[in-house]
Amino acid sequence: MNSATETFLDSNELVLNMGPQHPSTHGVLRVILKLDGEKVISTECIIGYLHRGVEKIAENRTYAMFVPYVDRMDYVAAVSNGLGYCLAIEKLLSVEAPPRAQVTRVILTELNRIASHLLWLGTHALDIGAMTPLFYCMREREEVLKIFENYCGARLTTHAFRIGGLQYQLQETFEQEVRRFCAGFPAKLAEYEELLTGNRIWVDRLTGIGILREQDCKELGVTGPVLRAAGVAWDLRKAQPYSGYEQYEFAIPTRQNGDTFDRYMVRIEEMRQSIRIIQQAVERIPDGPIMAKVPKVIKPPVGEVYVSIEAPKGELGYFVVSDGSLHPYRVRVRPPSFLNLQALERMAKGALVADVVAIIGTIDIVLGEVDR
Amino acid sequence: MAAEAWDGELTAALRQEFGESLEKSASYLGQRFLVVAPQAVVSLIRHLKAQESFDMLIDLTAVDYPKRDRRFELIYEIYSFSRNERLRVKANLADGEAAQSLTGVHPGANWLEREVFDMFGIRFEGHPGLKRILLPDDWTGHPLRKEHSIIGMDNEWVSRNLGIDSGQ
Repeated sequence: MNSATETFLDSNELVLNMGPQHPSTHGVLRVILKLDGEKVISTECIIGYLHRGVEKIAENRTYAMFVPYVDRMDYVAAVSNGLGYCLAIEKLLSVEAPPRAQVTRVILTELNRIASHLLWLGTHALDIGAMTPLFYCMREREEVLKIFENYCGARLTTHAFRIGGLQYQLQETFEQEVRRFCAGFPAKLAEYEELLTGNRIWVDRLTGIGILREQDCKELGVTGPVLRAAGVAWDLRKAQPYSGYEQYEFAIPTRQNGDTFDRYMVRIEEMRQSIRIIQQAVERIPDGPIMAKVPKVIKPPVGEVYVSIEAPKGELGYFVVSDGSLHPYRVRVRPPSFLNLQALERMAKGALVADVVAIIGTIDIVLGEVDR
Repeated sequence: MAAEAWDGELTAALRQEFGESLEKSASYLGQRFLVVAPQAVVSLIRHLKAQESFDMLIDLTAVDYPKRDRRFELIYEIYSFSRNERLRVKANLADGEAAQSLTGVHPGANWLEREVFDMFGIRFEGHPGLKRILLPDDWTGHPLRKEHSIIGMDNEWVSRNLGIDSGQ
């Protein structure tokens, strides 16, 4: 027996490759798991399968031409992506969208937050073995997508906002559609909760899994619901409001344990708060222009800004450098999923193989955004 | 960039601590930034974390200015929860010059530094595993450097792999 086989036989380690084509990785994520029996010793993420060079493309487009591209990063929350980018360019230009556009933006982004959380809830439950919630969530998400479709013609990659405001007037039935959704949705949420929150299997499967404490979150730059489930009441809509979020009453849901169950509870409660915001906003859509005075040819003065918003997955930031020409000199996207995924290694250490699926699901990543 | 000078308690304290290494403190459109000598970046951010409660690294990236003597500008965005303030720290690096890794202060810098290495070819000394993150390992070049054009990369790929002109 030579020494190589000896070390092999001595070792209890097993290397297991998960993905990139694996249904529970929510895209094309490859994770190399090092196992000792059923226990995870370490994980390594291999990413980049969806890399399209979005930041390079930006340097070759005009400011306005790049707006549709940002929708393709986090494609389940395209409206949020568009909002962040438009706000960054508006800041560079020192213009502000008119009130009517701002209120509309709030309604659409909050609807998108609900759609994004619904897709997360459905697929997360499916990963863990509960199939029914997926169909329920898709049913309600469809209502939201229909509102988007009626507004701008697209369902997913909406290109809903323009630099300086909106392109389209709201359709006549918009308010009615939004009110109807807001009236019906809380009962549906209660239905999901009836299926899951009190469900013994669901609770046992999630409690104490993938714990990430406040300290870990701050060290790793983890934001969004993951941070709030660790007990930090930090939401950019409150901490550094944009688009008039300071005018709405809503709470920041938090939990203390930072485990998978807490993250589930935080996201469920966030959907309720989003409904509250939408209900307030839809009653006060002001009349007036929907577009600020933005020059036809956008050439921001030389300078650089970092603007960030609270996307459904966490802090989404745009760092834009202008050299005074037609094209952005540099656009850097700070994707929440990228930094949150980095925490997988800490969360999965010591967990069981079967829980890795739950942990990947609970971070709520979109690989389009991780890889850009 | 029409940046305004920014001086306050924080910059005065930092100037005392870091002296000449702190090259500039200014703000543009209400966003504050510091320009620091590259060898002082890590100690400055460590100081800001320990003494001034800037406890989260939000983002780390770079910008390429090929015409400058020190062509790369490293950008660190840091945030303080207790102050609810953001601060940008910038450092200029020459081509081939290595930066110091921030992973010892903010472990979250790990992937961000790998991405900067991948896209710009800037090396970080002391990084636990500096390798490409988004591009395949056998990729040549660093695409966010300004000399790489999209059409140029396309032409090169087509002529190498298909043996024809790409016609772009």
